[in-house]
Amino acid sequence: MHQDWIWGLVGGLMIGAAAGVYLLINGRVLGASGIIGGLIDGTGRDTVSERVAFIGGLIAVPPLLVPLYKVVDTHVSNSALVLIAAGLMVGLGTRLANGCTSGHGVCGMSRLSLRGIVATAFYLLGGGLSLVVFRHLLGVI
Amino acid sequence: MRNLIAFFSGGLFGAGLLVAGMVDTTKVQGWLDVFGAWDPTLAFVMGGAVSVMFFVWIVAKRREKAVLGSPMPGPFPRLVDRNLVLGSLLFGAGWGLAGLCPGPAMASLSFNGWQGWLFAIAMGVGMAITPRMRAWLSVLDRSTLEVPPCETIPGEPRRPAPPPAAR
Repeated sequence: MHQDWIWGLVGGLMIGAAAGVYLLINGRVLGASGIIGGLIDGTGRDTVSERVAFIGGLIAVPPLLVPLYKVVDTHVSNSALVLIAAGLMVGLGTRLANGCTSGHGVCGMSRLSLRGIVATAFYLLGGGLSLVVFRHLLGVI
Repeated sequence: MRNLIAFFSGGLFGAGLLVAGMVDTTKVQGWLDVFGAWDPTLAFVMGGAVSVMFFVWIVAKRREKAVLGSPMPGPFPRLVDRNLVLGSLLFGAGWGLAGLCPGPAMASLSFNGWQGWLFAIAMGVGMAITPRMRAWLSVLDRSTLEVPPCETIPGEPRRPAPPPAAR
């Protein structure tokens, strides 16, 4: 447990490096919801192959590292209702706001964008309220 | 070449999410659960990523083009509007409920079983219906902003415009 923050920092530096490579070499902002969403709603039809390649790496590389760990327990919910409701909210919310934790959080806040900072403040607020309601009041998670 | 870099960047992003523990939904929910057993790990993840990108943006702003020749992104929208706030609140609520946001949902897809796929499909549906939601919200804007023209507002007798001051 006491080592968690070190690994958090290391992982964070890797995430920053990934976003840096994507920006400096390809000239693109690394935003997971934007890269996926552009494929789904057709707004990214000019950059399909780049998006598919990015998502391919994102899906294919993590399982290669899993054997390095004793266990990778993601503690993902077993409730279909929770997963569907949360998925819909995450999909709709990130596209309505034009960004998620990577686009607004990592790439937006780091260039001191007001939109990035406001979005991050509100998704943290939404997340905090969600835990209050769904965990402490309703007890569903 | 672009695709190779994109694959590499996506892979490094996913590896970072795994190393940081962001694929563990209890860690994410622990970070958001300020009234429970609060877990500060995510602050280190975000801090690490933002500090790297802070310096990357300084370099990026001095360049006109990226290494592979495409123009640097921007100018970025600056307007803080209702959709940004509403969307972020909604995203945050879903993020807290399942402990998954789009990046980690993809990174853990291969080892998250049916649960990971169900979340990803629901997220895709949410993304697909967003253009309709936007259209609906803009209709709402128009109908609430539509005020009756001045002539039809009763009560206020219309006065003729005062004559221009004589010189």
